[in-house]
Amino acid sequence: MGSQGGFGQSKEFLDLVKSIGEARSKSEEDRIILGEIETLKRRIVEPDIPKRKMKEYIIRLVYVEMLGHDASFGYIHAVKMTHDDSLLLKRTGYLAVTLFLNEDHDLIILIVNTIQKDLRSDNYLVVCAALNAVCRLINEETIPAVLPQVVELLGHAKEAVRKKAIMALHRFYQKSPASVLHLISNFRKTLCDKDPGVMGATLCPLFDLVTVDVKSHKDLVISFISILKQVAEKRLPKSYDYHQMPAPFIQIKLLKILALLGSGDKQASEQMYTVLGDIFRKSDTLINIGNAVLYECICCVSCIYPNPKLLDAAADAISKFLKSDHNLKYMGIDALGRLIKISPDIAEQHQLAVIDCLEDPDDTLKRKTFELLYKMTKSSNVEVIVNRMIDYMISINDNHYKTEIASRCVELAEQFAPSNHWFIQTMNKVFEHAGDLVNIKVAHNLMRLIAEGFGEDDDNADSQLRSSAVESYLRIIAEPKLPSVFLQVICWVLGEYGTADGKYSASYITGKLCDVAEAYSNDETVKAYAITALMKLYAYEIAAGRKVDILPECQSLIEELSASHSTDLQQRAYELQALIGLDARAVETVMPSDASCEDIEIDKSLSFLNHYVQESVEKGAQPYIPESERTGMLNTSSFRNEDHHEASMHGLRFEAYDLPKPVVPSKSPVTYTPSTELVPVPEPSYSREVHTSTAVPSISSSGSTELKLRLDGVQKKWGRPNYSSGSTSTSESSSQKTVNGVAQTEIVSTSTSRAQATSSFDLKKPQVEISPEKQRLAASLFGGPSKTDKRPTSSSHKVVKSSSHTTERPPAAKPVDASEKSTPVQPPPDLLDLGEPTVTSSAPLIDPFKQLEGLLDQGENVSVPNHGAVNATKPPEMMSLYAEIAASGQSGGVVNPIPTNGDDLLSGLSGGSIKTAAPGGAAGSPSLSKGPSLKDSLEKDALVRQMGVTPTSQNPNLFKDLLG
Amino acid sequence: MIHFVLLISRQGKVRLTKWYSPYTQKERTKVIRELSGLVLSRGPKLCNFVEWRGFKVAYKRYASLYFCMCTDHEDNELEILEIIHHFVEILDRYFGSVCELDLIFNFHKAYYILDELLIAGELQESSKKTVARLIAAQDSLVEAAKEERSSISTIIAQATK
Repeated sequence: MGSQGGFGQSKEFLDLVKSIGEARSKSEEDRIILGEIETLKRRIVEPDIPKRKMKEYIIRLVYVEMLGHDASFGYIHAVKMTHDDSLLLKRTGYLAVTLFLNEDHDLIILIVNTIQKDLRSDNYLVVCAALNAVCRLINEETIPAVLPQVVELLGHAKEAVRKKAIMALHRFYQKSPASVLHLISNFRKTLCDKDPGVMGATLCPLFDLVTVDVKSHKDLVISFISILKQVAEKRLPKSYDYHQMPAPFIQIKLLKILALLGSGDKQASEQMYTVLGDIFRKSDTLINIGNAVLYECICCVSCIYPNPKLLDAAADAISKFLKSDHNLKYMGIDALGRLIKISPDIAEQHQLAVIDCLEDPDDTLKRKTFELLYKMTKSSNVEVIVNRMIDYMISINDNHYKTEIASRCVELAEQFAPSNHWFIQTMNKVFEHAGDLVNIKVAHNLMRLIAEGFGEDDDNADSQLRSSAVESYLRIIAEPKLPSVFLQVICWVLGEYGTADGKYSASYITGKLCDVAEAYSNDETVKAYAITALMKLYAYEIAAGRKVDILPECQSLIEELSASHSTDLQQRAYELQALIGLDARAVETVMPSDASCEDIEIDKSLSFLNHYVQESVEKGAQPYIPESERTGMLNTSSFRNEDHHEASMHGLRFEAYDLPKPVVPSKSPVTYTPSTELVPVPEPSYSREVHTSTAVPSISSSGSTELKLRLDGVQKKWGRPNYSSGSTSTSESSSQKTVNGVAQTEIVSTSTSRAQATSSFDLKKPQVEISPEKQRLAASLFGGPSKTDKRPTSSSHKVVKSSSHTTERPPAAKPVDASEKSTPVQPPPDLLDLGEPTVTSSAPLIDPFKQLEGLLDQGENVSVPNHGAVNATKPPEMMSLYAEIAASGQSGGVVNPIPTNGDDLLSGLSGGSIKTAAPGGAAGSPSLSKGPSLKDSLEKDALVRQMGVTPTSQNPNLFKDLLG
Repeated sequence: MIHFVLLISRQGKVRLTKWYSPYTQKERTKVIRELSGLVLSRGPKLCNFVEWRGFKVAYKRYASLYFCMCTDHEDNELEILEIIHHFVEILDRYFGSVCELDLIFNFHKAYYILDELLIAGELQESSKKTVARLIAAQDSLVEAAKEERSSISTIIAQATK
């Protein structure tokens, strides 16, 4: 147990940690840390500190920083420590700087040189430490300084180094994509690395690359699929298994990439169907990681070109999720939101589950459900959904989410509003409760919408919209504390359309506007909107030939504003005063009514100035040269400058200067050394093969080129010797194709009929004891879910669909459109049942270990943590903290139903399990503890007590096994 | 991408923080305060995810310690939970039934382990064995350095005698 030697620090440090541990409040903790900072400040500058002591100081600095205090006075010492020769100190130094410094810190420049040196070290641990630092500290400016060395390390003998080098390149790519673009071929090469860890790491940069540019990576589809297949078939070393799942993290990454590559690409997607079907079948839904893979699979299926079988499988998985615990419900709702884009009917099956989630006390789940509702909003259910959203928005305090949900409400209302009246009401509610949070653009949008109407050429409807807006605003305006943005909208609308329908008199509205300006006298923007509105109202009155009588409060407002500190307000006030004095015709020209919709033509070429320009040129002025031409001239005149420019663009130089050479013929300064080993590879431009059957052989035949992935090699890498070679798989796939072609017609009919059967089955199921309230909600959300009218509608749907199938029989002409309602016409038959015989035979066998784990996950284990035995003084407290499950097991005295060493499986700990009677626990029922831990914990406890760090009664659970 | 990793005790005390995206010290304090308020107050039967400022935080409680990881909106939450568990299992193997006290006193070791697991906010190694091997290699070097030092000091001691 070398790890137990960890308490190698001085008493002083241990005391610090202990006192922090015992601090009862944040302020006490802060006081202790501030004291520590003072001590360190004094100590760290003392002369001749032994290195070991210094190392501890650095770790203490890390501790101070971790607790949220500023330790910047010590950064330079951490930097110095990275220069040390001993790896022990160097590692500490690197750890500290990666924790202290952000990539834009000034001190980084001092570390770059050390990093360069360490990357060249022949000790791979030093290289690893340096690469860790590279990933954290190197910024855009310093990338060229280390790039060549990092690239070189891709060929290092140690896989740990290769892996970190890849991650470093990934980081560089994120920082500045241009710096590593010429290295993309290297990523492809490392994808074929013989170490699965390196291959797995390579998936990170490839994922980013594919995200940016799908097209140029289409040729990798086959490789990814073959890797995924191998992983799923457990061909990777056992050490990559996680809870009996074969390399699930790699599977997830691959599925993410495949989703991108298959999106909107029918041919690529078809190649994936088999392996996706395999994964659906193999994934273990009893454990969390199995579900994680399953979820990723659903995401993938919903992204790629749709396949009915896979969609069914995904729908099944989702319905399982929705019936499980909260985490899975959350994932299920999310997955539903993804799948709904392809098959909108699927939500109907789960409507009650969705409504349950919507009413769940868990906020996270609720929000996720709102996201789903947002995605499935139609004009038929927009009212219910938006009203629900607004109610929720009013009830929460989280401003970030409030903003989001408010803008969603606005968006939905604009898109699906059933009536003008409803729209205005909804917007009013949103603005009233979240006005200051919504983007000002939303407000401008609303104003424009009221001005222009909904785009129909129906003036009557437009004026109705306006008068209903005016009416509602006059009602709201008296309410206290309206958000500024909302008031701006109100003022603008009242000014523009307040008197338009003649319902309200000008003096009534001007009075209201004055009230607003008075009530919000601190808000200059609102006042400006108000006075401009006043101006418009008066102008319309004058233009209409009516006598304007200015209310006394308006008069005083105008006077007040004309003496305002804000010049903007002053100007508006004076303009208003001047306008009132004009006659009707002048006013009509200055302030035409409803002018907001008029297009203003802008003379961009400023042609009205031509005359003036000509005059001055005649008088001898220099003619104007456009900016573009000016820079162009500069370029040609001072060509040498360019070189300088380029050199300075790369910033600092980190290499030593070149040795002077006798003659340097036109050598441009090389700050950014092109890596010589890596011949810049031209863009991979493989024309994609049209037929699957031909794609595989073409790859192997052209495999001689450096760049191309050699799949045969990959397949053999981790596989058993008898793994099938590429040629057999080709023939298999081609034969499969022909079968498809022949069997196509029948399958269409059978699959639709099956879908019909399952859907009607699913629809019938959830009708057991549902409160009428929920049913009503469901009806309004999903449209007609009640027992009687649901089936006919859905089945008629199906009928329509199948008929469309028959009419659209010629499949070639069909456009690739994922959102299209009718399912793809040519589904490869029985994808899910296609797997090799070995797989199908092993699938139904349930692994007994997995079952055990499932049991453990449900918390039915009653084993008591062994530390109880050590700290026998406070067992009850410990037990109470140990989750309710254990407690219930204890009180019930349930005999452990799990075969003896169930614990060890989960924790991965080995060794003979030691039996110990649980203190205060189920009397007599033997509970098993993890193997060597009893002794360990005794030692630990003794050691800690020796140092005086006795656990206090406040937190006895410090000793508690984290894994339980 | 994972933006940061937080280990908070049930009392809201910080046990470990690792930031993969740039945050100032002030922001960090604010993040920790906000998140500990959010996470610690959640009941046991709710889901292990929290949406927070447009990000997602997955957390899991082990004994009295909460492990939190903050990720982008489009990441797979279940996977993040398993990364947390993966980390805990590695810690467990390294410390031998890890408990909170191990992490309190050996936070720097926990950092070294985390550095082998995650790099720049991405999972770099999913094999427990590989991580354990690398950490062991580093530790053995440390041990070697210690021995060397003690042997030198004995030589010096003998010489001065």
